[in-house]
Amino acid sequence: MIGFWRRRRRAIVCREAVALMTAYLEDTLSGADRRRLEAHLADCPHCMEYLAQLRITIDALGHIDVADLPDAALDDLIALYRRWRDD
Amino acid sequence: MDDDAQLVDRLRAGDERAFVELVRRYQPRLLRLAEMTVGNRAVAEEACQETWLAVVRGVDRFEGRSTFKTWLFRILLNRARTSARREQSPARVDSGDAVERFDEHGAWAEPPTAWSDRVDDRIVAERLAGRVRELLPALPEQQRQVVALRDVEGLAPAEVSALLGISDGNQRVLLHRGRARLRERLSAELGGDR
Repeated sequence: MIGFWRRRRRAIVCREAVALMTAYLEDTLSGADRRRLEAHLADCPHCMEYLAQLRITIDALGHIDVADLPDAALDDLIALYRRWRDD
Repeated sequence: MDDDAQLVDRLRAGDERAFVELVRRYQPRLLRLAEMTVGNRAVAEEACQETWLAVVRGVDRFEGRSTFKTWLFRILLNRARTSARREQSPARVDSGDAVERFDEHGAWAEPPTAWSDRVDDRIVAERLAGRVRELLPALPEQQRQVVALRDVEGLAPAEVSALLGISDGNQRVLLHRGRARLRERLSAELGGDR
């Protein structure tokens, strides 16, 4: 009976699992919270899917590319520097 | 190649080549950050110009307590905020907290539609990266800044907290909400895409 209540107290629901996911991905969860979340994920395909989607979102953000610096834009900034210097 | 601190020293001494090297090094990323935070190319370019001007004017006061990059980004975000206020702001998604819906027991009221198994690296790079770039400017300001600095620029949590003057906990909450909102928008597009 005590074991049952201890397990009940440790278990988390989906709302809590989602709330812990950013800290989980940042690796800042306490060991106990990480184990609770991982136990929940092992049993909950919806939260597992949500975490996979979050990872894809982060991956996509990391793939936003940087445009080359056109010569004209560089020239504009050099002109800006010279105007400031000669002021 | 010189490191940033050496370039800053040379800039302070009035070396134009040091300015050119810093611009080459940072302007593309600065413009990307500006576009993501103001959501408008013309305003973003103006904010970048003002930022570089503030750099040459203020370089004597830059003490190197933060990195040059962090200092540069901080100036830009302050400028971008001012510019965005002057110009028409992009349409904002409402800033309500939770995007997800749960029942009274805390379980999913409407579970996420599964689509992650249909997304591979090519789809992420060729399609989703462009989509999140378009969606970012619609996030509330602080979420937008944290997500851009963390997930696009790759800054560390502590750097972002210091740059924006917020606590680590607040930084994480903003990151969480911003990512969750972008995930929801991607889901709305990908979930029905069978």
